[in-house]
Formats: sequence, C-alpha cells, structure tokens
Amino acid sequence: MRKRIFMTAGANTISMGTGRKEFNPRKERAGLEEYIKEAGQAVVGQINDAENIDEIFIGNFMAGRYNKQGHLGGFAATIDPKLEFKPSLSVEGACGSGGLSLVSAIRSVLAESADVTLALGVEVQNTMKAIYGADVLASAGWFKKRKQGHAYFFPGQFSDRAGVYYEKYGFDYARKGLGRWFRNAIENARLDPTAQEFHNQVADLDGLYNNALPNGKYFVDHLNLYDCSKVSDGASAIIIASEEGLDKLGIGMEDAVEIVSYAQLTRNITNDPPNPLEMTTIKKTAAKALELAGISIDQVGTAEVHDCFSIAGILAVEALGLAEPGKGAAFVAEGNTSRDGIIPMNTTGGLIGWGHPTGGTGVHQAVTIWQQLTGKAGKTQINLNPDRPYGLSINMGGDDVTVVAIVYKKA
Amino acid sequence: MNYDERLQQVAVLGAAGKMGSGILLLTAVEMTDLSLKPENKGKTFVLNAIDLSDEGLAGLVDYLHIQILKIAEKKTIWLRQMYADRADLIDNSDIIDQYVEDAMRIVRPTTAMETSYRSHLVFEAVSENKALKVKLLQQIDSNNPNKPWFFTNTSSVPINLIESEAGLQGRVLGFHFYNPPAIQRLVELIVTKETLPETKQFALDYAKALKKVVVPSNDFAGFIGNGHFMRDALYGINKALELSKETTFAEAVYIVNKVSQDYLVRPMGIFQLIDYVGVDVVQFIMNVMNPFLKDEDLHSDLLDQMMTLGVKGGQFPSGAQKNGFLKYEKGAVVAVYDPSKGDYVDTASFSSKCDAFLGAMPQEFKPWKSAVRLSDKENHFTAYFVAVENMNTAGSKLAMDYGKNSDAIGRKLVADGVANSEADVNTVMLTGFFHAYGPINSYFN
Repeated sequence: MRKRIFMTAGANTISMGTGRKEFNPRKERAGLEEYIKEAGQAVVGQINDAENIDEIFIGNFMAGRYNKQGHLGGFAATIDPKLEFKPSLSVEGACGSGGLSLVSAIRSVLAESADVTLALGVEVQNTMKAIYGADVLASAGWFKKRKQGHAYFFPGQFSDRAGVYYEKYGFDYARKGLGRWFRNAIENARLDPTAQEFHNQVADLDGLYNNALPNGKYFVDHLNLYDCSKVSDGASAIIIASEEGLDKLGIGMEDAVEIVSYAQLTRNITNDPPNPLEMTTIKKTAAKALELAGISIDQVGTAEVHDCFSIAGILAVEALGLAEPGKGAAFVAEGNTSRDGIIPMNTTGGLIGWGHPTGGTGVHQAVTIWQQLTGKAGKTQINLNPDRPYGLSINMGGDDVTVVAIVYKKA
Repeated sequence: MNYDERLQQVAVLGAAGKMGSGILLLTAVEMTDLSLKPENKGKTFVLNAIDLSDEGLAGLVDYLHIQILKIAEKKTIWLRQMYADRADLIDNSDIIDQYVEDAMRIVRPTTAMETSYRSHLVFEAVSENKALKVKLLQQIDSNNPNKPWFFTNTSSVPINLIESEAGLQGRVLGFHFYNPPAIQRLVELIVTKETLPETKQFALDYAKALKKVVVPSNDFAGFIGNGHFMRDALYGINKALELSKETTFAEAVYIVNKVSQDYLVRPMGIFQLIDYVGVDVVQFIMNVMNPFLKDEDLHSDLLDQMMTLGVKGGQFPSGAQKNGFLKYEKGAVVAVYDPSKGDYVDTASFSSKCDAFLGAMPQEFKPWKSAVRLSDKENHFTAYFVAVENMNTAGSKLAMDYGKNSDAIGRKLVADGVANSEADVNTVMLTGFFHAYGPINSYFN
C-alpha cells in the first residue's frame, strides 16, 4: 500500500427477514431509505463531525428491481445534511457490491482525493416473494444463461457444484462438513443481536439439518434450505480513512484496524466456472491479497468468507489453502472454523446466520473483522491467537465472478 | 375418449357459487396442466364457467386470477420444464404470468347455458334443489350430441333420482366436494347401479390428479357427510332447546356450542358450523333427506323459525362469516341470537355464568388447533376423554353424551348401508370436517 489506510466506526442495522421475531411480511416495513440512514447515522454517531467525511460510496446490487430505485448516491445526504454537495456514488458487482464499495473507498484515500470516506452497503430484498427474488438475483449471472437455469437460479448453480462434490468425495462425508457449517453459522448468529438468526432456538441443529435431505422436486437437487443464506433487508457502513483522516475524526488507533492489503479480481461472466470443485477467482484473489500483505494463510486468525451457500463456505476453505481439494468438508466438520477453532470463520453468523442483504454483505464482513480485532465484538468476541494476528474477508459477486479480498490487522 | 380428451370441453354450472368457484379453479388448473403436456400442444381446452350472475362471474375472474397466480408460484420448478421450449419466457415471473394467462384463456365466463351443449363433461354445482338440477341436466343432455358425463356436487339428493328423472342412464355420478373445494381434501364419490364403469374410473383419475381423498358413499340422501352432520346438528339443536327450559335460549346455545367445540375438540362448535354452512342450507338439506328416512324425523322447527326471522348465516363473498345463530366480529363469537327478542344478546353478559355451570376443563385439554397436530392422537384423546368423564361436571356429562350420540350416528350410517365401513365414516369427518378424531371410536364407552 502506498500509504496507511484504516477502517473504523463500523455499524450494522439488523438483518431483517424470516427468522426475526419482529419480521412480518404482511406489514409495511422499513425501506431502502431507512436502512441507508440507520447504518450511516450509526457511523456518524461514532465520529466527531460528519463534515469530515469527504466522499461516500454506496454498494448495492439490485435496488432498481427490488425497490424500483436507482441513483443511490443521492441518498447520502439523508444520513446527514453535511454530506450534501459532496462526492457520492453507488457501485455494483452483484453480491460483491459491498466489497466494491470498500475497495472504491480505499482507492479514493490511496489516490489522495479523500482523507475520510464512508463506505456503505445496502439491500432490501423482502419486497417480493422468493420465487421472484430468484429472478432478480439471477442477474448476477449471465442473463443469456437464465433460461436454462433453475427456477431458483443461484441455489441451482451451487447445487450443481455440491452435486459434483458429493460425487467425487462422497455424499455423507460432504454433508457432515456442510451440516457443521450450518450449525456454526447459527450458533454464532445467536450471539449477535443484529443477526437474522439471533432468535433461533432450535436445540438440535444437527438433527434439523440432517432430517432435511435435499429434494429437487421442491427445491434444488443437492442443497436444502439450511444450506442457503437468507433473504435479508439490511445495511452496514464503515469509515475508511488515512492516518490524517483518523486524526481529523478524533479517533485513536486503538479503535481502528489497518488495511494491510486488498485485491479485487473478476472472472469472465459469460463462461462457466472453469472447475465446479474450485472457487478459482477466490483462490486467485485471496492469494494475491496475502502475497501483497506478505503473509501466509497460517497467520490469519479470523476470516469472513462468502457462504451464500454452505458448499461455497467449504469451497472457500479449500480456495484459501486451509485444506486440500476435497478435504474442506473434513476441516470444517472437525471444528477448525468454529469460534474456538484454529481459524474462526464468520463469527457473527456469516451469510447463513447473520443474513445476506446482498449489496450490504461485503461491508458487514469488514465491520465484523473490525469489531473482532478491536475487541468490540460483544458476545461474539473471539480470542485471537497472537500468532495469527490478521483478519481476512472474502466477498464474492455471482458464481465466483467478482471477488474482493481484504487483509486487516489491529492498528 | 381418453382422460385428456374428456377434459378438453368442460362446463361448470353454478360456477360463481361457493362450491362452483372452487370446482372451477381446480378444474381450470388441471386442464391447463394437461394443455401443457407435449402431446396436447396445439389442442384447445375450453372450460365454460356458467352462472346466472354477471356480478358473480366478475368476482369469479378476480378469484381465479389470485388463486391461479398463487398455484403457479408454488410450482414454478415444474412450469419451467413445461415452458422450456418458449424462448421468450425467461424469468420465473414471465413463466408464472404465462401460466396464469393460459389458464384464464381456458376459462370462459358466461351466463349462456348453451355453451355447455358442446361439453363432454359437466360439473353441476347449482343450489340444492332436485327439480332445478334435473331440469338443467335434462336440458343440456337433450341439446348436447356428445352424450356428456354429469358430475353433480349435490350433498343430499340421491343420484339415482337425478339420473332417472333427467334420463341420463349411467352418465351421472355424485362427485361431492367439501367446502372450500380448493382446500378440503375430501371428495365423496357416489355411483348409481347404472353408472358406467369408465365414468367412475375417470372420476377416480380426476380426483387423484386433484390430490383428493375419495370416500365412496352409497346412494342414500345426505350420503355420509351430511348423514352425520345433519343428525349431529339436530342433536345439538334439540339439546339446546332442552337446556333452555332451565336457562335462557342464548345461554343454552352458548353452552351447547362450547361443549361441541371445546369439550369435543372440534374446529367449530355445532352452532358455528350451522352458521358456516348456512341455516338455510341446513334446513334445505334436512328437507331433502327427511322423506327418505324411515324411523326418524330429521326436522327442526327452530331452523324454520330462524328462516322466518331472516337469520340465515352463510358467508359474504369475501369469505367472512355472516351472523346466524351467533354473531361474529373478526371471526370471533360475540353474541347469540334470541328468537323471542329478535336480537342478539352479548355473550359477555352471560358467558361466565355458563362457564361456571359447565365446570372446569380437565388439565389434559388441548384445543383443536394443537391437538390436530399431535403425532399420537389416539393416546392423547383416550387420556383426555377419561379425564373429561372423571370431571363429573355438567360440561363433562353433556360432552360424553354428545360424543356417544356422534358415535351412534356414525355406526348407524354403516348399519344402514350408507357407508361401506366405519373407516369411511371417520375419513369423511376427519378430512371433510377437519375433526381431530373420527366419530366412531372408543372414547365415549
């Protein structure tokens, strides 16, 4: 990095949707505007003066269809009137939009066009039934392949990956890893009051998971509903600033994390994944970020990975080099990614447990890492191994198309 | 003519009614699904929705649109396969909209009876009036060169009478849906001595396609469902009249309704069920059935009196309950009608007195909503009804007598040859009336 870049003052709204007690699809709910405002104001409340924010980036995937609203940059000033007449724009890269918002903010500070930026990510998806939401999400793939895809397009894509994984490594073996991934997600989410699965009280999560065998007649062939992330409304936001920027905000190093490196790579969306058993773009992007940081994966103490589906979690473990191909399921089943494992992952629940407001997810991951590395994680706080002081986040758009990897350490 | 061909030209008489609209919906969906089969591409499917009421038909179109949309949303995975050859239908929303459009194109709402003169299959769901049914079916049959099959939804009129009086000679059977047809899984199937085997086979295939539970009933007025319900209702009415010698009329109705709902763990009390079906319909069905019964008088002066007073129950087009014996606010009972006053008496003014008279409920009590979901209902109800009996309260005595009578009605239906088996009686009450346990049981002995 040309100069030191920091993140601080992160905030999340609740991830709203099925699972939350207060969620009622028949009643009017908060919209896009309220989520942007709530997350943004929660950040502004942690700094001395909104005037110090030089630029705003809003990550969002599909407000144009979910909410019939484009032009999200125009909502910055609803957070604080002092943000009016400042640069503000929205960025899109499907479910990687939040990560792109972070990357855009980082680049702006690196380019010295800003000292303090606000990176926000938002999505409000519960405006339509899931069967229509599937259409919206399908635009994260190539539309010309939509016709041949499944009614639930993305579950279909990852079901196909899971099917190949089962075939090569064994169904029961794989389901043990996937089921453990699900249990970890829910157990972590129960510790975070903003998580969508915070109210989940199912005693026997393994039993719940194992009794729901995939059934292609009702859903997809190789995944059940517990293998899937949630349909969520939510927003997350965080400050990305230079050292001077932190000074301006009156925020000390103890309340910030430093961005050690980042990488953002994109694969050709018109091609199928080169190998269904590998998240190739994640593999390349993570490797690049770790190389730029000059560290190995063994120095990473906690990671947020993009588990839009449990199989994506397992494949991410393999893509990060934590396990050989085919060994990811065992690595997870043995508890290595649970909160007291070697490398706790998705410590606030991830996309399956915390929720997946698509355009917000990348920013939520950064907020979680910031909370964990600065000791602000509340009941979700993990004990970071001093030999593994780094944090890592992997945010993905589409089926391994757009990937953002960021390496963090305590400032 | 095979199954698919038979369903290419269909008519529903009384299509805008409570039962007709449900039958029309289910048939429209079945016909649309058939039309999507590769071998049926290019064939025309016609479903004439015939009703006297223009207003009713307009409402029917709205109802169909909403319901077919919901059905399409639930089977989109299958629909994507069916529309795989349509390059223009890409998103789920495209496919769902197309399915609704295809279904609505099959349905032809009309007030003109003549449209049924080309039908191969006619569903009859007009009001429960034998003369009217006979007249309509005869008229269609004499003008229709296709020798159509007639499926009547009558819940009480013997099918052989319709058959002989309309001159249908084996081309009619009773296909009795329960209300609402789109939700209730039961169909009572009634054939006559003449009914053609292929007509019966088609009925079974059609019921299977609609995922219905078929219970055969023999051709006695009222069949199994009303055979039980009408007698059970009359018992409740007479029990209330008996009690009203000691209490007010409103109190007696409240007590019997509560005993039949709470103590007997049914989805509705007997007076609420009469209101749901309609006081007029209950009176009418009793009148249809009564001449065929030898050793009993299935008649209630009280129902006649209610009809004279214009208190009829039934439902609004929205499905909301109209006031009858009971008055409803947002579905909850708030008052009971008193014929001597010609007005409703608020339950709040007497319910605690009645509850005290009935006595406490046993601890084992679980309301119908949760009891119906129990995996081991047999054990639960055995223990529960032992506890009811042991309470030895006025409520428990009324409940035990009520249960015994309900059991006796069920056994009589088998003894009289209306039902082929006790299991059939129980299936009808479980699936057609949503009872949590069959009326023929050992709980009340």
